Amino acid sequence: MKTDENVVKVGIADMSYCKAPKKIRTSGLGSCVGVVLYDLSKQIAGLAHVMLPDSNLAKGKTMHKAKFADTAIVTLIRLLESKGVSQKQLKAKIAGGAQMFTFHTKNDHMRIGPRNVEAVKKALQRYAIPLVSEDVGGTSGRTIEFNPETGILLVRTVNKGMKEI
Amino acid sequence: MVNKETLNQTALDVLKEVGNIGAGNAATALSKLVKKRLQMKVPSVQVVTFNEMMEMVGGPDESVAAIFLQIEGDLKGNMFFVLPIEQASLFVRQLTGSVKFSFQEPPYSDIALSAFQEMGNIVAGSYLSALSDFLQMQVVPTVPDVGIDMFGAIISYGLLEISKESDYAIVIDTEIIESDSNHQSESLIKGHFFLMPDTDSYRYILTKLGVATK
Repeated sequence: MKTDENVVKVGIADMSYCKAPKKIRTSGLGSCVGVVLYDLSKQIAGLAHVMLPDSNLAKGKTMHKAKFADTAIVTLIRLLESKGVSQKQLKAKIAGGAQMFTFHTKNDHMRIGPRNVEAVKKALQRYAIPLVSEDVGGTSGRTIEFNPETGILLVRTVNKGMKEI
Repeated sequence: MVNKETLNQTALDVLKEVGNIGAGNAATALSKLVKKRLQMKVPSVQVVTFNEMMEMVGGPDESVAAIFLQIEGDLKGNMFFVLPIEQASLFVRQLTGSVKFSFQEPPYSDIALSAFQEMGNIVAGSYLSALSDFLQMQVVPTVPDVGIDMFGAIISYGLLEISKESDYAIVIDTEIIESDSNHQSESLIKGHFFLMPDTDSYRYILTKLGVATK
């Protein structure tokens, strides 16, 4: 995926939105999950790069809402609503949640990918947003780019090339 | 909470020295393994946002070969040894004596992977044992794991624990380069050691070395 100015980039533990003809992208998803919420009729999409499943894990006070699955989804919905999209029109596509490292440790971080996916799906259900397609799990990192004009989510991995979901 | 103001100059210097001692030892071990003279750059200690962390080593999309291990004991945190893929392939060919091995494309041979993992084990082990001696702290590393993938996808594992309480990470970054290379460009070998102590651990290190923290 080439860099161009028509792409809105979203960093880790962050979120943003775009309108066609712009696209929206996040890079280097490992255990993190990229969540796209979009309204094809309005050609608007929001993207969150979620790191952790649950805001209860937070030990500090001032937290980026996009960091946690539970707070990210609702904040992304509100962001899109403020751009004139109705929650009822939203659909979702997700990618990421890989388990890249397998070693044995007391620490359950190594399973964080699948837990992130689970938490994202639960949050989508809570807000009745249909999950149209997903490319989750596995052992590879992903870079994703969404086109709000076509509804296509492009997923790139290091060794398996590109695919569209 | 870690932020840009947390570390004063003395604290930065102390953490740099930690990187110096650890990576110095590791570079020596690696030199012997691959029979090349390696030099280490002055470590940099930075308080970075997660996105700044992702931008190191060419950005989140950059393909790298990495050794990742977690540290338990008195000192807790994460450690990465990150190399360009061609570099890791070269090391493995030198270690195994096989010209075939490459990490450019899977499937990777099991022997190549374990050679790389073993190299990581030795190198990270010497980094951490020097650290443990210097700090008089117990440092218990997990068995290292190998990741050959996007830099962002790999390094984000080092941010998980920190991310529960902060949006910043302290990174002690030491770069190693080949010193007697004939090449005009600085070197063939370019690797990074990243030591990312958990929030409590870096405070502990500083206290232990006599630097007060806020």
